[in-house]
Amino acid sequence: MPRGALSAVGIAAALSLALTSCSSSSGSAPSTAGSAQGGGTLVVGVTSDPDTLFPWKATQFTAVNVLQNLYGTLTEFDKDLNVVPGLAESWQAAEDGKKLTFKLRQGVTFADGSAFDSADVKASLEKIMDEKTAAVAAASLSSVESVEAPDPNTVVLELSGPDAALPANLATVNMAMLSSDDTEEELNAKPNGTGPFTLGKRVANQSITLTRNDKYWNDKAKAATVEFRVIPDESSIVSAMQSGNVQLAVFNDPLVAQTAQGGTVNVAKTPQLNYHVLQLNARRGDLKDVNVRLAMQCAIDRKQVLDTAALGEGEVVGPITAPAYKSDPNKRPCPTRDLAKAADYLAKAGKSGGVTVKTIVSQGEYATSVNEAQNLKAQLAEAKINLDLEVLESGAFVDRWVAADFDAAVALNGGRPEPDGSYARYFTSDGNLNKVAGYSSPELDELFAEGRATTDQAARKAIYDKVAAHLEDNAAWIWLFSGYTYTATAANVQGFVPMASGSLQYLRTTSVG
Amino acid sequence: MRSLVRNRVVRRVAGTVGTLFGVAVFVFVMLRAIPGNQITANLGTEAAALTPAQQQALERYYGLDQPLVTQFFSWLGNMFTGNFGYSARAQQSVLDLTLQSLPVTFELAVFSIVLALLIGVPLGMLAASRTNSARDAAGQVVSLAGLSIPAFLLATTLLSVFAASFGFNPNGQGFVSLFEDPLLNLQQMFMPSLVLGFGIAAPILRTTRTAVLEVRSNDFVRTARAKGVPERRLQVRHVLGNALVPIVTMTGLQFGYLLGGAVVVEQIFSVPGIGRQVLLGIQQKEYAVVQSTVLVIALAFVIVNLLTDVLYRIIDPRVRAS
Repeated sequence: MPRGALSAVGIAAALSLALTSCSSSSGSAPSTAGSAQGGGTLVVGVTSDPDTLFPWKATQFTAVNVLQNLYGTLTEFDKDLNVVPGLAESWQAAEDGKKLTFKLRQGVTFADGSAFDSADVKASLEKIMDEKTAAVAAASLSSVESVEAPDPNTVVLELSGPDAALPANLATVNMAMLSSDDTEEELNAKPNGTGPFTLGKRVANQSITLTRNDKYWNDKAKAATVEFRVIPDESSIVSAMQSGNVQLAVFNDPLVAQTAQGGTVNVAKTPQLNYHVLQLNARRGDLKDVNVRLAMQCAIDRKQVLDTAALGEGEVVGPITAPAYKSDPNKRPCPTRDLAKAADYLAKAGKSGGVTVKTIVSQGEYATSVNEAQNLKAQLAEAKINLDLEVLESGAFVDRWVAADFDAAVALNGGRPEPDGSYARYFTSDGNLNKVAGYSSPELDELFAEGRATTDQAARKAIYDKVAAHLEDNAAWIWLFSGYTYTATAANVQGFVPMASGSLQYLRTTSVG
Repeated sequence: MRSLVRNRVVRRVAGTVGTLFGVAVFVFVMLRAIPGNQITANLGTEAAALTPAQQQALERYYGLDQPLVTQFFSWLGNMFTGNFGYSARAQQSVLDLTLQSLPVTFELAVFSIVLALLIGVPLGMLAASRTNSARDAAGQVVSLAGLSIPAFLLATTLLSVFAASFGFNPNGQGFVSLFEDPLLNLQQMFMPSLVLGFGIAAPILRTTRTAVLEVRSNDFVRTARAKGVPERRLQVRHVLGNALVPIVTMTGLQFGYLLGGAVVVEQIFSVPGIGRQVLLGIQQKEYAVVQSTVLVIALAFVIVNLLTDVLYRIIDPRVRAS
């Protein structure tokens, strides 16, 4: 009916006029960000919600960083990644290294007010070790035979052998100390930790707000609240910082970091422990021959990969990136690209005609992967090595990686402050990731065992230098470079300390002026 | 006659149920065809370090140890009792999540459609008022721009220009609903609606232009003009009124798509709508979240189609008569 139709159009027009005038008038209104956030609220821009609030299963960036501020661990890392006391005031290894005794801090309470004591430590460690819990750090406690709590302030770990890496391994949030009364279901709904913050408010898919824990055992957090605001797109986080809505964010993509710098936003870059690598599977096809692997290693100019794929933002590295144990990238069979040497190695392997290496690449897992793969392919092609690239969606990549179903994989692997934690699981013959690493040797098994049994820092450094040399000489993998973590902060943010591990643990010392 | 109506209604309901069941089966199968599961989605490459016992414990935890047929029918059965499943990630039931996100998407869809109509219908009429003229060419340019500028580009450009140059970025403040803070909500909805509305305006503009041209060539328009009906009244009441059916069809279709969630725009402007809910569900392999949400979207689509049909009857007496 024309009249009905007309009125429908009329209503739509009136409504839309009202809406647009409303929107445009409100659109030109000044931003209310400053007043809404108040003095003591720090807003951190993150691209996703935490995928779990249970610390023993957290691996995602947001989850780890939220939980790190809610929970405490027996040991902690300082800003230089040295192991320092946390919930344990001190620890002492027995003469034979088979016993580690922790003295716990007194007067510590959980968020619900209950006291923290050795029973909680015993219960936590035992549950982490229990396979039914499916805790991701279970393997880090493989040397622990039993946990005893002789008194409320003392915990004794009985070890199968000396384990110098244990104190560092206890510093991750995957080793968080939970109250012995709590269950996974309860903690997923309501975290109950001993950290500098407690959970304030959570709006699924939008934000999670932490409130200062005034009963925290160490210096109280500077900010009254910290809101992790979910802004799924990194460029939108940059826009939110430019308009003053977000005060802190961490980026890994150098391109995004470049767009963020300027105006009221400061971007600081910190070298990462994470390393970009071409993982080789030395148990498959032509790569079984060390000469083929060495030929690949000699045919790659790592600096070129870094420049092409990551705008030169990073540094060429060897296997170990932890500052205290850092490998020298010049101590490798071909520190610079040497195609003649690559040809020699191929000839030694009887493959002068060239080889084909099926390589998996993840698309979307991190920003530079496909560019790295393409550069590697171009470089290796000049040495008659054909990288047959298979670019996969990140879920498919993880599936193939987990099943070790690849000749080579372009990957960004997580580095840790402690080389044993980084590599023993990959390159010892009984390591839980050895299937994926595709390489082990009796020499490496011995070196890692020696590293665990040695407490002297200088002696340990020498041992892990040997580990690095062995890995490079056998071209177990081809280590490429380490990038930077970019911490963007608004001009009114003070006191944040970025860490090479990418951790946001120093949110506790951060204030908003 | 009555039985015929009843039959038509019955047929329609049966068709709807069949469609929804088809959607349910399709989504269920497709989700499981995607590589990976909730364990690898949560743990990433760390999943390689799981011992067989840990793997089993996690499969039990996520319900992945059940046979597929059991998983399907227990989910579908639960849907009928109002239990849409539970998101361990969000620590909320899928029903609650949907009740939060669906109104947001609905609001975004309404605003986008209104903006699209405001851009598309007048420009379409203007373009049709003199074919092959400058105004027609201008209409074509707008419609071509609407069709060819990708939403992500327009969205990112708008956002960064407004934020960097004017410090205006309401979407950076954390989303608020229309009831919590209407003014801020409208600000937050403005840019995403504009981006979506501009894209949808293009097909509406083209449809309007074609329909108006077609109606104008009819005898009754000439008759009305001969009777001395003023030109403005003629264009709006007689021409546009009769050209509404294809415009409503196109608008209804676009509205249905919008209810499925404008994933890219929701991502860029941090609008917690249903598109993002599905995307997060897929990323995290939270099967129940995706399955239930997609069914809700399918149902919304069916309802919009039904309402479009009803609207035909209101605006076109010929449909009613038939």
